[in-house]
Amino acid sequence: MADALRLSARRLQQRRAPARLSSPPPRATLIGLAIVAEPDPMSTPRTLYDKIWDDHVVRTDAHGTSLLYIDRQLVHEVTSPQAFEGLRLAGRRPRRPEANLAVPDHNVPTTDRHLGIADPISRLQVETLEANCREFGIQLFDMGDIRQGIVHVVGPEEGFTLPGITMVCGDSHTSTHGAFGALAFGVGTSEVEHVLATRCLLQKKSRSMLVSVDGRLGRGVTAKDIVLAIIGEIGTAGGTGHVIEYAGDAIRALSMEGRMTICNMAIEAGARAGLIGIDATTIAYVRGRPMAPKGELFEQAAAYWLGLNSDPGAEYDRVVHMDAASIRPQVTWGTSPEMVLPVDGAVPDPAEIADPVKSGSYRNALAYMGLRPGTPLAEVPLDKVFIGSCTNGRIEDLRAAAEVAKGRKVADSVKQALVVPGSGLVKEQAEAEGLDRIFIEAGFEWRDPGCSMCLAMNADRLEPGERCAATSNRNFEGRQGQGGRTHLVSPSMAAAAAIHGRFVDVREV
Amino acid sequence: MQPFESFRGIVLPLDRANVDTDAIIPKQFLKSIARTGFGPNLFDEWRYLDRGEPGQDCAGRPLNPSFVLNDPRYEGASILLTRHNFGCGSSREHAPWALADHGFKVLIAPSFADIFHQNAVKNGLLPVVLEEAVVEELFALATCAEPLSIDVDLHNLRLDAEGRGVIEIDMDPFHHHCLIHGLDDIGLTLTHAGEIAAYEERRRAETPWLFASVGEGLRQGRNGRNQERAA
Repeated sequence: MADALRLSARRLQQRRAPARLSSPPPRATLIGLAIVAEPDPMSTPRTLYDKIWDDHVVRTDAHGTSLLYIDRQLVHEVTSPQAFEGLRLAGRRPRRPEANLAVPDHNVPTTDRHLGIADPISRLQVETLEANCREFGIQLFDMGDIRQGIVHVVGPEEGFTLPGITMVCGDSHTSTHGAFGALAFGVGTSEVEHVLATRCLLQKKSRSMLVSVDGRLGRGVTAKDIVLAIIGEIGTAGGTGHVIEYAGDAIRALSMEGRMTICNMAIEAGARAGLIGIDATTIAYVRGRPMAPKGELFEQAAAYWLGLNSDPGAEYDRVVHMDAASIRPQVTWGTSPEMVLPVDGAVPDPAEIADPVKSGSYRNALAYMGLRPGTPLAEVPLDKVFIGSCTNGRIEDLRAAAEVAKGRKVADSVKQALVVPGSGLVKEQAEAEGLDRIFIEAGFEWRDPGCSMCLAMNADRLEPGERCAATSNRNFEGRQGQGGRTHLVSPSMAAAAAIHGRFVDVREV
Repeated sequence: MQPFESFRGIVLPLDRANVDTDAIIPKQFLKSIARTGFGPNLFDEWRYLDRGEPGQDCAGRPLNPSFVLNDPRYEGASILLTRHNFGCGSSREHAPWALADHGFKVLIAPSFADIFHQNAVKNGLLPVVLEEAVVEELFALATCAEPLSIDVDLHNLRLDAEGRGVIEIDMDPFHHHCLIHGLDDIGLTLTHAGEIAAYEERRRAETPWLFASVGEGLRQGRNGRNQERAA
């Protein structure tokens, strides 16, 4: 019954207007129909997204726009200065300043920290963050603090990120925190200011999508390969207007680090947010973190968190199934994360693509990437390797890369291979395990934490024409430096590429 | 924000899909702490032949003649026509700031990325989603020798393509209301401050850890320093 109604609702939406804005169709339609079908809303199975959403609605207007309460906000130096300036101009103060945590990450140097930031414009931006946090009473981990790192590594590490919360940050990769069963999404600077001033955002509920990765992953295949394969399957706009819940045996089997990698790249599939259900793995990770609740309060919270999981029979607007066993190590070949293939694939031929817009995109991508159709990915030579970022800069990622690098040497043809830990604490942990020695002996550079060459706002960047194997999240034109060519891979694939100077299947190393 | 007024504008066709916000405004310009001045660096890497740096005077930089923004036919264009998933990637609001600073008021595409769409509306830009086939027709018209002009009437939700057809815009009523009145939605939200406080009170009882743990964690913060450790 509900299925039939859901279908008719969708048909209704499809019949709408030849021209309409991209905001999702009003969820109210769906809920309205569901209520007719099932008079008691409490007994309607709900998804994790439904439950977090319902818990955070302050009010909803006649048009279905809700005022959504935001429990936590992460702040960094790039997208916040204009928001603080807005508060100052309007004479406003942050509501609950303690619900925000700030850390500089995009602009920070990854070498010679004690010298400060050489670039005066970057320095001013970081100093502006420090001054704003002082003025508005917001906790800041400054560049010299061992807890400093990439916002999306720091939040979980400190227990600032908790299951069941709503969280925003002026950064699209805020989707990372969905790994905890938290509704977390990126916002622009106007909304950073809105949350600072009101602790709320005006939102319409998104549609829901379930991506179930069934079965077991093969050896050498990682969370990064899963998420790249998903994006390859549904496309970079495949999740637009949706919140994606990732489920299935292969997702359940992942560590929190792996789950964060998956949710981190939900935005690369265009989704508003990514979510993963809360289980023993989640609870064990959060327990004992500095900002997490303690003692009896923690037990109370944990019981509440487990009750947030999707109910059996909960419905999604779209369901996608992937077979974990068939996923191979992935390598992107183009300038969009959806331009991705298994490592044993070859560069596609735009002439064989029927859709003229897509064919044109492929042609542009190949011209930019300096690749010819039919070239096996394994024959593509590399200039640089970057291991790090909010996607793959956590301890487990560094362990995976070090395992491949151990006792080997970076190829002579590789000009630079960087390892940039996601935070000062990840760096400390890696050093305690001796991973830094493994990397340094193999010829990698061991750096201080930050966003670094993921987006090249600091001094770490590609020169025009340079080709890089990167564990980051975007292979857009110019992302790692003007004219730079990025291939996205997992940490172990990046380490193997550094050793061989070209892509190799890490399962055969 | 200024109320969105009706106007007539020239259409600039940017024939690319998945234009990401890194392409709209490259990262080096995000170091600015201002909200204005991004226009000259809009599409910087496609628009100029040299590498752009913040603070540079763009007037003397070598232009890429094959990029549509440098085509004299489209000088003064205020309507950007493009392909699907425009504005994907980074959440940087600098992207709509740069588009608006350059003089664009309306963006037409088969789809927009969610965060970009939200950011655009907050800055008085009108994103219009049209079916692929309609976009295709507009591309055909906009790439003729004579540029295409469109009358944009947001009050009545209509685009009039100079007698070649009228397109109705279907948009979220709240966004429509905010755009035509130029509303500051922080002020709007603060009119509900009482409801926000009541919500907080209820949640404080239901989920006390959300109101206690942050401060607690901060008090027990470990304040190590990287350099000291290195030394």
